[in-house]
Amino acid sequence: MATSPQTSLRSPLGRVRGLGSAKEGTHHWWAQRVTAVALIPITAWIVYSLLSLAGGDYIDYLGWVRNPVNSTLIILLVAVGFHHAQLGLQVVIEDYVSGHALRVVSVLAVKLLCAALAALCIVSVLIVAFGG
Amino acid sequence: MASATKPHSRPLSPHLQVYRLPLTAILSITHRITGIGLSLGLLLLTWWLVAGAYGQGPYETFQTVLTSWFGQLVLFGFSVALYFHLCNGIRHLFWDAGKGFEIGATQRANLIVLAAATVLTVLTWLLAI
Repeated sequence: MATSPQTSLRSPLGRVRGLGSAKEGTHHWWAQRVTAVALIPITAWIVYSLLSLAGGDYIDYLGWVRNPVNSTLIILLVAVGFHHAQLGLQVVIEDYVSGHALRVVSVLAVKLLCAALAALCIVSVLIVAFGG
Repeated sequence: MASATKPHSRPLSPHLQVYRLPLTAILSITHRITGIGLSLGLLLLTWWLVAGAYGQGPYETFQTVLTSWFGQLVLFGFSVALYFHLCNGIRHLFWDAGKGFEIGATQRANLIVLAAATVLTVLTWLLAI
């Protein structure tokens, strides 16, 4: 690595701004924090909802999901939750899986699986929310 | 270079198997482990929502499994992991803001995280039962 200012082709300003490849060096870190903050109020809401649903039957569930505020918050929980999980699992894989090919395949598998499951959850919520 | 007559004068880095991790380090690795656990718990959330879309039968199957002793045990573990990860995550956000890095503050925060997670877990299950 060319870290000495004398040998580097990058300007001092470019270096101090810390913009990595494609200028997204801090994107992963920042996205993990943004989703973390978003999950704090969402967690409070889902715990409250689960407690009020506990002991209820299917009709109670339908009524809960069909409330537009609830269906919106479930979808947000799913989207933000899976995104946060996927970002975290990526870091764990990058730390502990040593082979390059296996690491890339594992990270991709986690990302695709999270995206697929999130889509499945959201479609399921919409079916109930709009269902007759 | 150390002289040959004093072979043990240099400090050795602690080996993971004999080094007792400080509480802060235990909480740090627990944050990661609970994160993996919560990710697996998302499968449970998926099952719940999908069962709800498939109708009353699948939904009641899910309920039967979740209210069994094993299901309740998994749910309890999930709640512990959730509250720990939530509380320790909030302290991580303080660290991200550059606050609370002094040893005293870190040790105080360790205890606050553990106490808050315990209180929230107990409170939730008292309300649930």
